[in-house]
Amino acid sequence: MNNLRWKIGGHALAVVATLLLGGLLSATLVRLAPGFDADERELDPHLNTQSVQALREARRHEHNIFHFYLSYLNHSLHGDLGTSLALGQPVRTLLGDRLPLTTRLLTTGLGLAWMLSLTLALSAAWLRLSIFDVFTTVVSGTFLCIPAAVLALLSVLWNLPGSLAIALIVFPRTYRYASNLLVKVYSRPHILAARARGLGEARILFRHVVPVVTPQLLAVAGVSVSVAVGAAIPVEALCGLPGVGQLAWQAALARDLPLLVNITILVTLVTLLANSAADVIGHVVQRREI
Amino acid sequence: MSLGRKLACAALVLVMSASAAANWLAPAGYSKQYREATNAPPSHTHWLGTDEIGRDRFARVLYGTRISLLLAPAAALLSTLMAAFFGGLAGYLGGAWARTAMAVTDLFLSLPWLFLLIAARALMPLNVSPLISVLVTFLLLGLLGWTTAARVLCTTAASLRTSDFVRQARAAGLTGQRLFWMHVVPNLKPVLYAQFWISIPVFILSEANLGILGLGVAEPMPSWGSLLKELEGLVSVGEEPWKFAPLILLAVVVTSFQLLLSKQEEAA
Repeated sequence: MNNLRWKIGGHALAVVATLLLGGLLSATLVRLAPGFDADERELDPHLNTQSVQALREARRHEHNIFHFYLSYLNHSLHGDLGTSLALGQPVRTLLGDRLPLTTRLLTTGLGLAWMLSLTLALSAAWLRLSIFDVFTTVVSGTFLCIPAAVLALLSVLWNLPGSLAIALIVFPRTYRYASNLLVKVYSRPHILAARARGLGEARILFRHVVPVVTPQLLAVAGVSVSVAVGAAIPVEALCGLPGVGQLAWQAALARDLPLLVNITILVTLVTLLANSAADVIGHVVQRREI
Repeated sequence: MSLGRKLACAALVLVMSASAAANWLAPAGYSKQYREATNAPPSHTHWLGTDEIGRDRFARVLYGTRISLLLAPAAALLSTLMAAFFGGLAGYLGGAWARTAMAVTDLFLSLPWLFLLIAARALMPLNVSPLISVLVTFLLLGLLGWTTAARVLCTTAASLRTSDFVRQARAAGLTGQRLFWMHVVPNLKPVLYAQFWISIPVFILSEANLGILGLGVAEPMPSWGSLLKELEGLVSVGEEPWKFAPLILLAVVVTSFQLLLSKQEEAA
């Protein structure tokens, strides 16, 4: 129990440290990005020299990276994530409006990808037919060789839901690992002994295979969240789905850096939490088995 | 060598030769516009038809392939060298160096690859000349793509540091740089080769994704990404199937790299 608390504490510390470091890195990049100092208002012919000077004075504090970052952190802690330069709306409102759609898309996509991966991987391990192996390798290999953005475009062409596109992007990565793992576990001596004693396939699966593969599959599940979040950008952008991925793409095209920094921190948080949760759950499962 | 690998080698040689001979196979170049034949279907003059402003698609595919096949390995080389420097050295030195290197790689790896690329690309000016856009795109791939390889190399170098032969060499009086270059680096080579080969298809696919999203190579310079962007305008798959030629070519090349990759992975 104590060990588990240490593990959770360690992960929490790592998440906070990575977020703070990531935030500083993002703020530095934003500050150093070409065009950061440009203010369109300065080009307004109605403004006199004093007004232009006043505008520059107002942004003077942003020149120091640490000052800029601390000010950003202070505002973030008070719920103010700034205003999008391109869309002219508070970043918090934009993210709040778009987060539910992305969450739904990712949950469904990941669910479908894992269902497909595990079904095919289990079938490959049970059937042990070389033709089936070749078939699944070719299918997963094909999806692996097609850019995520092309899969998104094809899903638009065939009127398929965006979640299916995400599933097809994530599936080959998870299938490869799950298949190798299951084939390896099914060839272990204790499984052969269980089969020789006449145990049913379902009993072997749930009593002797699942406990062994769960921690490792959970680790891959954590990584698959990161893959799915990355896939959400082309899928939402090209399928016209107004989610966070589409917002990130719009922010990138418009060089809306305040919005992009906030999305970066949000995405980092999601992937770190997913990986930490996978690690902690895997640890609990492993301990229970021992 | 298995049949699959032989076919992969043959496919790569064929595609590379064709792209290298682009100047002879398509002497008019990738940007020449045939205004009288815009959006034309395949014919004996334009083997893959023309695009919406009348440019020969076959020429653009050849030149685009050349750009992707030249610069993806260059970016892979850059990322592998960076990984070797940061990961290999940190793993060999161990202690705080290794922990710092791992923390930095963790920071990069906590962001999805495509998202990291898009965010970094957005920090660069978007209205740049085509040549600069090509360099920026592939330079970004090389500069950001080293973290996974660095992690692998750090772990390998750390295990080499505590291996028997390195300990024996140290006991025999070898220290510092000499030990690193004579005993550690040669044993890192198979892992470096594998990481180099792994990065090439990853970078090819990443460039294609960036291109389709409008953040890759700028017009009129062709690349697989900008060529695949044409698929956006399709209404149905069967309507103009020749527009899928760049996708088929890309899939063949990436599959060939993947097939050859398994041999490198075995070697590593």
